[in-house]
Formats: sequence, structure tokens, C-alpha cells
Amino acid sequence: MRRPVGAVKAVDGVSLAIKRGQWLGLVGESGCGKTTLAKTVVRLLRPTSGHIYFDVPDETKALIEDLESQGKNNSKLTYLLKENDLGTFSGDRVRLFHRRAQLVHQDPFTSLDPRMKIKNTVAEPLKIHRVLSGHAVETAIEELLGRVGLTAGQSERYPHQFSGGQRQRIAIARALATKPEFIAFDEPTSALDVSVQAQILNLLKDLKKEFGLTYLYITHELLIAESVCDYIAVMYLGKVVEMGRPEEIFHAPRHPYAQSLVAATPVPDPKRRVGRIVLPGEVPSPSNPPPGCTFHPRCSRASKECHELEPPLEPVGGDHYVACFHPL
Amino acid sequence: MKDLVKIRDLTVRFYTYEGVVHAIDDLDLDIRQGETLGIVGETGSGKSMTALAILRLIPYPGKIESGSIVFCDKDSGAETELLKLREDRMRAIRGNKISMVFQEPGAALNPVYTIGDQISEVFLLHRRQELGYRARERVGNLLSNGNGLAAGLKRPFWHWQSRLYNKIAEEPHAFEPRLLSHIPLFRRLLWRLRDEANLLTINMLKDVEIPDAARVAAHYPHELSGGMKQRAVIAMALACSPELLIADEPTTSLDVTIQAQMLELFRRIKADKGASVLFITHNLGVASEVCDRVGVMYAGRLCEVCTIEELFLHPLHPYTKALLDAVPMPGKELHTIPGALADALNPPPGCRFHPRCPSATPLCQQERPKLKAVAKDHMVACYLY
Repeated sequence: MRRPVGAVKAVDGVSLAIKRGQWLGLVGESGCGKTTLAKTVVRLLRPTSGHIYFDVPDETKALIEDLESQGKNNSKLTYLLKENDLGTFSGDRVRLFHRRAQLVHQDPFTSLDPRMKIKNTVAEPLKIHRVLSGHAVETAIEELLGRVGLTAGQSERYPHQFSGGQRQRIAIARALATKPEFIAFDEPTSALDVSVQAQILNLLKDLKKEFGLTYLYITHELLIAESVCDYIAVMYLGKVVEMGRPEEIFHAPRHPYAQSLVAATPVPDPKRRVGRIVLPGEVPSPSNPPPGCTFHPRCSRASKECHELEPPLEPVGGDHYVACFHPL
Repeated sequence: MKDLVKIRDLTVRFYTYEGVVHAIDDLDLDIRQGETLGIVGETGSGKSMTALAILRLIPYPGKIESGSIVFCDKDSGAETELLKLREDRMRAIRGNKISMVFQEPGAALNPVYTIGDQISEVFLLHRRQELGYRARERVGNLLSNGNGLAAGLKRPFWHWQSRLYNKIAEEPHAFEPRLLSHIPLFRRLLWRLRDEANLLTINMLKDVEIPDAARVAAHYPHELSGGMKQRAVIAMALACSPELLIADEPTTSLDVTIQAQMLELFRRIKADKGASVLFITHNLGVASEVCDRVGVMYAGRLCEVCTIEELFLHPLHPYTKALLDAVPMPGKELHTIPGALADALNPPPGCRFHPRCPSATPLCQQERPKLKAVAKDHMVACYLY
């Protein structure tokens, strides 16, 4: 059974659906909007326009779309959006949503309060969401810390007494505290060493299986995305340029940007040292993106069309989507 | 191939309040001429400290306890013991014969000087003689054409100035030019040196593929992107055609596509200039792209030194194997290394990896394994071999 639990409609009309139980990888270079997207999905930011649906039945979404396409601004549409679109939520509704969706930040050295004992850090979501109180909190903390591979004896310590990997485990325990269904990870291993990164990734795999979680996983390392994710979206300058299963993205990329990104990734295998495509230039500033396809100034296949029109994200077979006029 | 740098029994310790940190312990390493030697390892394994020790830039409270680092000049063949060198001689080597590219290009550049000024500084410091020659030639040409005014010179100073450049060209650190540079009225006599340095700088920036180099030279670091800044830092490091270029995680803070551009640049530099590169990285993928040989470090010691192909095809040391298994690769189970990185304050006795090693023996707990050659170009520090 696959049911979409969340969908993001980006400002430029690109939609992204994360199915329940999926591990969606979001890859792209810095400044392409990965983090902003994740923060918007968990409603730490409010979208300027567009809808975010979390666990909304397909019929409702279809109804909303239908009403919108009629162009009538009637009370039924307003009501439906208010009830279902996360983007319109505020106050208590957002808090209730945060019980079901959590975010793990990139840098475990800044995401934990240095003046809070870790038991208080982990207990904070429980208190804010009034999930548990009294002694139940203590046992819950012990259980959570044990689950992420820390001992209960460490709960009295402060963040500075832990290594990077342990801190990221604490951050994960905190995210798990309210028993969410969905967790967004913003480059959780980029500050960690390879061996610690492997530990964290294995932990995430186990947790996902155990609690039936859905992940949005942001990373700039394609090898991680390829090896752990079920589905991958490649972003460039605030737009999703290609979506597909890992084997499609990595072995048969259709978008020129995805292709050069895959080719530029250093692979720890001297035999695979061939076929490098070095992209000219740099990512343009997102505040002033080029017109048409945002990738055209660096693209070798760009034509006149690309300078003027924005390519839509279109299916090219199965779950594979590409936004390009001249796909490979 | 001949060795460029020979490191023997290098020991670096940090005397902190918590105790003595054994940052590097009896390290033996050779860097050959014209090769790219990679050093891979995790945080705290002593990779960066090895690089800083070669330049004698270990920060306080660190100290090079013992050992020797011999630098063999490629041109003259003279061998220099870097650790016993006088500080002013060392300064003549830093940025000249041995230069370094740091991890964070934003932090390596001075925010209040333009890119051009910062690169010119290298030339003004190490290439004064060459600048003197160039300035003398240019002024000489202008004078012989009777074009002194066009050269921007004031009449009474012409001959003084050409004599001054003569002096600099013959003796770059002579007393008179140094004295004159402190007197405001005469300081302008030396401005031409700066102009010459600027020209060299722009050439250097073109060399590292910066488009519109003259304009970029006039920019301040904050006006450039991360990739551009790193290119400028590389240009600065290459300014004096060093024999050894030390690159300390030069691509870590960059994006994948920019990283690919940088790696391409490093490969080209090595081919063009024939310099040796000491490439420090924690990313095995990057190492496999650029390095000829690799040294794997763990807790301040080298566990394995071999060619890059050998590292991936026949890793011998248990730590190397574990590290390779921890790299995420599609279709592969992720293995983790049990336990945590050895505590640098109280390192375990014997082999530092033995508490985490699956094949540790009682001998490993007592005595430290020496780095020994098991095959051509393959050295490993483990009792298994």
C-alpha cells in the first residue's frame, strides 16, 4: 500500500510527492534550495504560495485542484485549504503537525543547546507537545537514548561532552521523541567522519524499519543518496530538474545537469576514473536566476528554446521525471 | 624516483591542560618528486598536523618533539634539515619552495586586501630579484627611447631609480632599497616593483583559469564565490612555482561540480609544473581521483602506505579495510567500525587500532607494529603481515 503522505508544490510549479514509507533523497549543490524545501515541508517556514499536503486523501486533493481550476474563490475551497493545506496552518495546528513531522539539522554542534543536559534536550519535545509527563518522561528518555545507541548514564551530560556522531544521535533521539511519522534530515552526516557516517546511516535504516518512518533526506553526496534512498530528486537553483529511482538517476540520467553531477562525483574506485564531465562556470545566484531553463548558461545542449521557455517536469517512463527540452 | 621530502620519526605533542595529546607519533614518510601523495584518515588522525609540521607551523601549545624532516631541493640537490633551520631561512622556504592551500578559502584570504595585493605579496617577498630585473629592463627601455616621462618618472629621479633596480636585481635584500622604502618621498621609486608583481599576479590568475583575471585581481575576497576564492588561493600557493604543494582538504568546502573543476586543475598543475603535491583529504573518492600513492593515518600513526590501486584492490591493514567498508557505495552493505576513535590523551598501548580490530592478538596490545614493506610500494604497520 503506497499512499502519499506529503506533497510540496514549489513556487515554480514543480511538485514533489513523498510516499509513505519512502526514503526520498534530495540532492543538489549548495544554494539550490534543498534546506529551504525541507524547512518548508516541516513548516518551519511558511510557503509564499503553493500547497503542502500531509496525509491528505487523494480525493480531497483532486477536489481542491478541481475547484482551483474553475478559478472560483468560493468558501468551500477556502475551507478545504484551511483544513488540509499545511501552508495555511498556524499556531496550534502547526504544533500538532510537528508532533508527526520532525527535522534533524545539519550540524550537531549547533543544533543542540550547549546549556541543556541532553535528557532535557530530548525531553523538550515531549513537554512542548504534552505527550508524557512525570516519570513516564524519564523512562521514555532512557528508551530513546538506548534506541539510538547511547546509555542512560550519559543523560546527565552536556552536549560538549559528546563527539560529533554521538551528538547527531542525540539530535535523532530528540526528533524521535514525539513518535513522528515523517522526519526530514538536512545533511545529517556532512559534519561527520566516514566511519561515523556509516553508523548513523545504519541507525537511520534500522529506525525506519522499526517505526515505519518516512524520510526526506537531503545530501550533497550522491554516493549516500544512491546507496540508501528509494527515490531521488535532483535540484538545481530552486527547481527539481530530475526525479527517479536511484538506478535511473545514476545509470541513465536524462537531464544534462544530473548527468554532470553524477560524472563529477568522485568514486572511491580507481577503475571508475573515466568519463568525467567538468561543468563550466558556477551556479548562478538564486536571487537573479537566468531566464528560461535555469541551467542553460552551463548546458552544452542548450538551444534557443531553453533561453526563453521553462521546461516542465515531465514523465519519461515509470516514476522517472525530467525537466528538459533536450533530454539525453 | 628521488625523494623530495623525507620525514623520519616525527613526533608532535600538544601540551594542553587536560594532558599531553599525542598528535603524531613516530611518523616515517617520503614524498617523491613529481608525485601526488594523499594522506587519508578521519578527524583527529593527525593528517593536517603532518602538513603543518613540514612547514613548521604547528600552533601553540603543540611542539615538534623529535624527528627529522629533510627537504631535498630538486634544482640544486641540496638537502636541508627543516627542523633545524633558522626561522628566517624557514620563512624563505615557506610559500616559495613549499606552499600550502588551506581547507577554507574564505579564512585563508585576508578580507581587507584585494586578491591582487595578496598574491603580489608573495612575489614581492620571494621574487624580489626577478622583479628588480624586470623593472630595470622596462625602465632601461623607456630611458633609451628618451621616454622617461612616459615611464611616470620625475626627471631628477631617473638615474637613481635605474640604479636602485640594478641594486635590487643584484642583491634583492640590499640595505639601500630597504631604507628608501621607509622614506615617503623615495618610496615611489619602488612602486614599479609592485606594478611588475601585479602583472605576474594577473598571469598567475589566468593560469588557474580565472576568467577576466585583471578585474578579479582588483576584487576583495567577499566579492568572489567559494570556487573562485579557492582558485585564488591556489594561484597564491603556486606563485613561486613551489617544489612541494601541500593541499589540506582543498575541496571539502566546495560543491561537487566545483570540486571536479578543482581536481582537474590539480591534475593539470602537476603535469605542467612537475611539482609534488601532498594531498590531505578524508574523502576516499577524491583521493582515488588525484593521488598516485596514499598514506592511511589512524590516531597519529601511519597504518599503510601504498599506491592508490593497491589501496582499493588489496588493502592490508584492518583499519584500511574497515574504512573502505564504511564508504557508502550502491549495492553494498554499510559496515561500521566498532568502538570510537582512539583517545589522543590516553592512546591505547601497542597498536592504536587494537581495541577496534577484529584480528587483534595479545602482541598487538603490547608492542607497536613497525611500518614494513610487504611488496613493492606497499608498506603496512600490522603484525598480520
